[in-house]
Amino acid sequence: MSRDSTAKILTVAFLLCVICSILVSAAAVGLSERQQRNKAAEKKKNILMAAGLYDEDMSLDEQFSTIQTRIVDLQSGEFSSDYDVASFDSRVAAREPETRFVIPEGQDLAGIKAHSRYQDVYMVMDGDALQQMILPVYGKGLWSTMYGFISLDADMTTVVGFAFYEHGETPGLGGEIDNPNWKNLWPGKRIYDDQGKTRIEVVKGTVDRGSANAIYQVDGLSGATLTARGVGNLLQYWMGQNGYRLLLAKLKQEGVKQ
Amino acid sequence: MSRAKDVLLDPLFNKNPIGLQILGICSALAVTSKLETVIVMSLAVTFVIAGSNVSVSLIRKQIPNSIRIIVEITIIATLVIIVDQFLKAYAFGISKQLSVFVGLIITNCIVLGRAEGFAMKNPPGLSFLDGVGNGLGYSIVLIIVAFFRELFGAGKLLSFSILPTTSEGGWYLPNGLMLLPPSAFFIIGLLIWALRTWKTDQVEEEN
Repeated sequence: MSRDSTAKILTVAFLLCVICSILVSAAAVGLSERQQRNKAAEKKKNILMAAGLYDEDMSLDEQFSTIQTRIVDLQSGEFSSDYDVASFDSRVAAREPETRFVIPEGQDLAGIKAHSRYQDVYMVMDGDALQQMILPVYGKGLWSTMYGFISLDADMTTVVGFAFYEHGETPGLGGEIDNPNWKNLWPGKRIYDDQGKTRIEVVKGTVDRGSANAIYQVDGLSGATLTARGVGNLLQYWMGQNGYRLLLAKLKQEGVKQ
Repeated sequence: MSRAKDVLLDPLFNKNPIGLQILGICSALAVTSKLETVIVMSLAVTFVIAGSNVSVSLIRKQIPNSIRIIVEITIIATLVIIVDQFLKAYAFGISKQLSVFVGLIITNCIVLGRAEGFAMKNPPGLSFLDGVGNGLGYSIVLIIVAFFRELFGAGKLLSFSILPTTSEGGWYLPNGLMLLPPSAFFIIGLLIWALRTWKTDQVEEEN
């Protein structure tokens, strides 16, 4: 059989495809369990870090044992038991027609067009008392979608911690949202005022410490105006009517119903 | 024997894939802001070049001429996916930093260049050495670039603080440009200049 005959071409192509696909699927299947574990551990670590509870020397599962995971329906502000917390993935749910929530025009502050109607939220419990509420938030920065967790105190308005775990902003400029010094500006800030209005914002330049609004404001990042604006906007969105406001208001009034 | 030695060592300085042939620049700009990621990237690329060279060389007499590039790319893509899966399983943190650039090894011109230019014409043993040599040539340049970028961009090497930065209470004000891809261009440019001053036969004739 000549090397360039049609039969030879088809045979070589077929055999090559079979062998390569076997190798690729063997690697993907054989390693998938480990990869899933890594992903789950990474997420738990990020949640703990947002809550300021992460301790490198302790096992993740032990640290996570005080945290309860719930799925919340953003439209009713109620916890939902329709989904399994272990397998729920809000990024997948954002694409499914039955769970997809398309943001009405003019309200899309976070620049994400649509998101899942259900979100997985995390509660730090001390017995029956809710100590911290950890909420996933995301939105557009300058180049990328920034994914983070924000943790609120038992009053459901004071920030305990806020950190992004995935973004593609410019290192050294927008990437400074990962800078510990900047992240340390967040704890103690308030999301809502006494009337329940979402007030939190990232200002351009430095916050005027004497002003009455300082408690709702965080310094901007020099050289990263658009990234910082994105951070402020995504919080405005997720803490607003389409986001967690209903849930937080209910929790504040009624506490956690078991 | 000396042929084998030449095949292995020539790509380090005499025929460096980045320095002489100016291939693989894309990933050299993208992943070199930290030494640690560069070491993993270098290992991955070296493994892929060596593996694809051997595989292509083993079946080089069977590969029909009309589909040889497709065959080569399929082999390279398979190896890259396997590397990517292993990194995700065993070096998760680094694989997150390397993100798409592991997948993009498929399009790294060095890999296809060696498969097409060397492995198609040479036996597996030599092809393996050629792959390792080119992988090391690529790695050397990347490691030098990353050394300067991490040291002057973040004051660190392998995440250990060398020059204490002002944000951590030290005296060194990091050069932010070093963390951006253009700085790799400058460093690679300077490296090529140095290399061609040392080995003058690499200087191209002016037209």
